Amino acid sequence: MVESAIAATELVKHFGATRAVDGVSLSVAQGQVLGLLGPNGAGKTTTVRMLATLTAPDSGTARVGGFDIVDQAHQVRGLIGLTGQFASVDNRLTGFENLLLIARLLGQPRKKSRHIARTLLERFELADAADRPVQGYSGGMRRRLDLAASLVGNPRILFLDEPTTGLDPRARRQLWELIGERVAEGTTVLLTTQYLEEADALADDIMVIDHGRVIASGTPEALKRQIGTRTLEIRPASPDALAATAAIMTELAGIAPEQQGGRLSIPAGDPALLPALVRRLDQHGIAPAELQLRSASLDEVFLALTGQASTANDETLEDKR
Amino acid sequence: MSGIGLIDGLRQTGSLAWRAIVQLKRNPWELGDYSFQPVLFLLLFVYIFGGAIAGSTDAYLTFMLPGIVVMNMMFVTVYVGHGLNTDLTSGYFDRLRALPVARWAPLAGRITADLVKQGWSIVLLLGLGWLMGFRMDNPIWGLAGMVVLVLIFALAFSWVSVLVGVVARDPEHVQLFGFTALFPITFVSNVFVPVETVPEWLQGVVMANPVSVLTDACRGLLLGGPWLGSALITLLWAAAITAVFAPLSVWALKRRLR
Repeated sequence: MVESAIAATELVKHFGATRAVDGVSLSVAQGQVLGLLGPNGAGKTTTVRMLATLTAPDSGTARVGGFDIVDQAHQVRGLIGLTGQFASVDNRLTGFENLLLIARLLGQPRKKSRHIARTLLERFELADAADRPVQGYSGGMRRRLDLAASLVGNPRILFLDEPTTGLDPRARRQLWELIGERVAEGTTVLLTTQYLEEADALADDIMVIDHGRVIASGTPEALKRQIGTRTLEIRPASPDALAATAAIMTELAGIAPEQQGGRLSIPAGDPALLPALVRRLDQHGIAPAELQLRSASLDEVFLALTGQASTANDETLEDKR
Repeated sequence: MSGIGLIDGLRQTGSLAWRAIVQLKRNPWELGDYSFQPVLFLLLFVYIFGGAIAGSTDAYLTFMLPGIVVMNMMFVTVYVGHGLNTDLTSGYFDRLRALPVARWAPLAGRITADLVKQGWSIVLLLGLGWLMGFRMDNPIWGLAGMVVLVLIFALAFSWVSVLVGVVARDPEHVQLFGFTALFPITFVSNVFVPVETVPEWLQGVVMANPVSVLTDACRGLLLGGPWLGSALITLLWAAAITAVFAPLSVWALKRRLR
């Protein structure tokens, strides 16, 4: 049996009276991406900090790349790359100097270090900004540099702690692409995120974590199925038909659909709803411009699992660390 | 368990010291503290107060230059804690700790860089003093002895700065605390005025102040007075400060990183 790249058993970490992480077990196979999903203060960052050898667990064990995170911390550090929640690059160095320093710290000779730094900057589309101090970088550029910095040692295992928090959608997509390239090369990734869309886009498996505990896990698809919600969504070709369509939906499903723009949506627990709706629309001569039966979004999953919106933003121990 | 040899650790320390020096290019404020501030102090005190305090600007320059080197050394150490705190609050320290780097290298790198900065400000102040007319009476060993002694004390006093850097919430607090504490410590000394001129009740404090002791040693080493006794007491102070603040800093750092 191939050992998991990351395997944790019952990790616990207290801060004072707070159990920041309360018995988290997880396992990530080689080359897989696990998304840890949860609101601020759920224990995601603390879990990553333990796995990245930055803080020792109060109890529980974990192995990263086959090495124990406490007794073989040094070996673990040689295998991992870490991108922190706060872009942890040096503002007062240039992008090039930042990467050069890391390469030198990893024991690369001077010339090779320069080469590594230039190549990464090129690949991360930072070549033009290479010799400018990081304090003048945009948020997206900083995150890209941060990710590049974690790749200097060509790590087999990558920890990404909220890599795109605070980025605009374009910068976020750009970062996703870069992460995706690493994954395609076989890097194992543990990703934490508050963005359901992000976990959905990047992760093979998702663990939903709240108050230091795992409350659900599975593939994005399985999680959506577990909640069981499917949504039927329709957009009539003519806006004039909206009222009539809504009336039909109400009649068939027993509840009024939600309207957003020219779209009507309704929970579709009953598989017979879709064919029935299509028949009735046809009878009334209403043509749908769009019609889909889709799985619940991860936002809806999270709401159903935790009973609270996923955008919970109360300041917690984890943020004040 | 650490798995890092001494040689690797020293090389990493060198890289991290390089980083702290390169940072200076992007933070002219800090460079200004090493350069403009002591230069300003030197010029102001010598040409404005010098005549009143010592009768002539030349006499005052001779008296004060060794002292201002000591005073400036104290202020420069604040940046050890300031830099460390910046790394801790920004998360950069975590990045370093997640690398297979000797655990002591980040701190050692900071302190090494500090010694370079210290050297720079000593050269600057002595150079300017020379231009203003300062001449030493002792041969070159006196100068070398003074530089070594100041650097040893700087090394010890850096631990105080490290502790402040670890405990403080943000870099601004390090600065604030550093300057608030250092002004009385350096002014209640013999740096600017002879001990005899302060009220009697304060003379004990002034004479016991390690800043005064070190300044005495520096004056002796440059100008040919007695210096051995005060140099030895300075070394004792350095040892005592290190013995108290080094373990305390390491303990506080481990606690903060928990």
